[in-house]
Amino acid sequence: MAGPLNFFGGFKLTFQHLARPPVTLSYPEEKRPKQPRQHGRHVLNRYEDGMEKCIGCELCAGACPVNCIYVRGLDNPPDHPVSPGERYGYVYEINYLRCIHCDLCVEACPTQAITETKMFEFSFTNRADAIYTKAELVVDDEGFPKHLPWEDWRDGEAEMTGGWMRATSPSGDASYEGVVQWTGDLGNGVRAPEAGQSTNRDDDATGSKQLRRAFFRHLQPIDVNEDQRGLQGMLSEARKKMPKRFGGSR
Amino acid sequence: MNTLGTVDPLFAHGVDGWGVVLLIVAIKVLVGFGALMGSVTLMIWFERKAISDMQSRIGPQRWGPFGILQTLADGIKLFFKEDLIPAESDRFVFKLAPYLALVPAVITFAVVPVGGTLHIAGHVVMLQIANPPMGILLLLAMSGISVYGVMLAGWASGSKYPLISSVRASAQMISYEAALGITIVTIVLVTGSLSTHDIVTSQGHWIWHWNVIRLGVVPFVIFWMAITAELGRPPFDVVEADSELVGGFNTEYSSIRFALFYMAEFMNTITMSAIIVTLFFGGPAGWVPPVSHLRWVFPIVWFVLKTTIFCFCYIWFRAALPRFRYDQVMDLGWKRLIPLSLGWMLIVAGFLLRPAYGFIMAAVVMLASVVLGRAFILGQTRETGADSILPPVGPRPLPPEVLRSWSDREEE
Repeated sequence: MAGPLNFFGGFKLTFQHLARPPVTLSYPEEKRPKQPRQHGRHVLNRYEDGMEKCIGCELCAGACPVNCIYVRGLDNPPDHPVSPGERYGYVYEINYLRCIHCDLCVEACPTQAITETKMFEFSFTNRADAIYTKAELVVDDEGFPKHLPWEDWRDGEAEMTGGWMRATSPSGDASYEGVVQWTGDLGNGVRAPEAGQSTNRDDDATGSKQLRRAFFRHLQPIDVNEDQRGLQGMLSEARKKMPKRFGGSR
Repeated sequence: MNTLGTVDPLFAHGVDGWGVVLLIVAIKVLVGFGALMGSVTLMIWFERKAISDMQSRIGPQRWGPFGILQTLADGIKLFFKEDLIPAESDRFVFKLAPYLALVPAVITFAVVPVGGTLHIAGHVVMLQIANPPMGILLLLAMSGISVYGVMLAGWASGSKYPLISSVRASAQMISYEAALGITIVTIVLVTGSLSTHDIVTSQGHWIWHWNVIRLGVVPFVIFWMAITAELGRPPFDVVEADSELVGGFNTEYSSIRFALFYMAEFMNTITMSAIIVTLFFGGPAGWVPPVSHLRWVFPIVWFVLKTTIFCFCYIWFRAALPRFRYDQVMDLGWKRLIPLSLGWMLIVAGFLLRPAYGFIMAAVVMLASVVLGRAFILGQTRETGADSILPPVGPRPLPPEVLRSWSDREEE
């Protein structure tokens, strides 16, 4: 629309929005799907045999720009070693009043011991509570982050604890894109790499969910993915929601 | 017809049934007041819900179904908050101002005819709290008083932003009152009476009988703009321009006094929607189905429906239109609306006398508008031309020797 009728453009737009579904969610009850690379609270991973990955090298503490990590290593007790190799992380503390979730510790770690989950909802009533120790950080025997009593979890939120790490190719070299350079995790095994830009994305394997796909109705028509456009898009969306025995993909 | 308009039939038989008449009046007042209060509660909820839908948000949802009790929760919260009075304030005026804003909003609604007539205990009862002979003038009087509420609130706060806001409010309301008054004069000319009841009954049952069509659409548009500016609602909300003036005149208010201002604003919105419906859209006029009972309900339904549409339009304005600059508000009021409403009134007056006069008047108004338009253009070019460039801030307004003499005198 152009010319003097342009005045009514705003009225038209706001009226159209009456019929559109809201973009916002009722937050504590519903949560938005998070990006796989979201930086949340840390976990200390374990090998598939249950050994801890941390070797107490303090590289994470050295890389930390805000000095929120405190690590002390100790020689493994010979009769019951905590980690394979010489040393293990005896003390591991992260102060979440300081942490900025930059993930530099994840990049610095030589054994992929420390990664970040997608959980970001912290609340403390006490400064001492903000310091997470090994008791909170090390994954449980199933390989999932420990469910701390004050944390509000939803399905799938505790998965994908190393999205950012798996997105990074070794040395930033594009020819290593999609090459696994990390060890297996307890409970999860060797996790799939995030598909790079040069290959076809396998979003299901890596747990990638595009917000653009989830909220396609609020996009400009040109930004909507091709398979979600028009009548065909409506059909495919409906098919996704249907159970499998009716021909749905779920 | 009485020159002062229709007299309320409730008092037609004198005062023989004092008790019953008084009781009926009291019930009318109570029901009217209760309905208005209830509709204010709903209006606040409706505004928040509708505007959040327009902005693709969820809006209030916690209290009651669809968050309909949100206003109640807000009211309780405000009631229990600390009531602060700034140290710099004029305490009496500061406490008085919210009532000056609220009471006119309630009183104006008294002259709005909500429905037709009822027969109760042998009395003919108009569904309208009062039908005073001066009728619609009450609207102008009350909107004049409600300026005091805003103005005194800003002044008494002893703070600069509320003061600026109150200055803006008084200037804006005075500017638009002229256009408002002239448009009302147009309606009164056609009706021949000031009474709101007569204004409604003089408009027929169908839309082509209503004043909005009968007077040409122009007076309605002018009236709507002017009344929006009177309300200080978007896009004319320079009075409480949040980005410039914190919260406007009510910045320093808290607790129940703030709630009163808030309530007054929304009550005014409803009342003015009702006034628009009364003056231009036939009030409770509308199609009544041929049923034997409860025929009096349908006019009320029509009235509520029309009023709701206008309330929705105010919400729609708020969502769709950006705020005017202060000079644009003044420009629209003085340069556009007042001449336009005046010219249209003259044309209508001419046609009422004789069509020939009307055409003559139309020609005169056309000529005047050409002259006026030329004058505006000249004025604007002078504003933006070479003459308008002022010299940079130069010497002090007072000569140095005067200043020196003053300072010398202080030393003595």
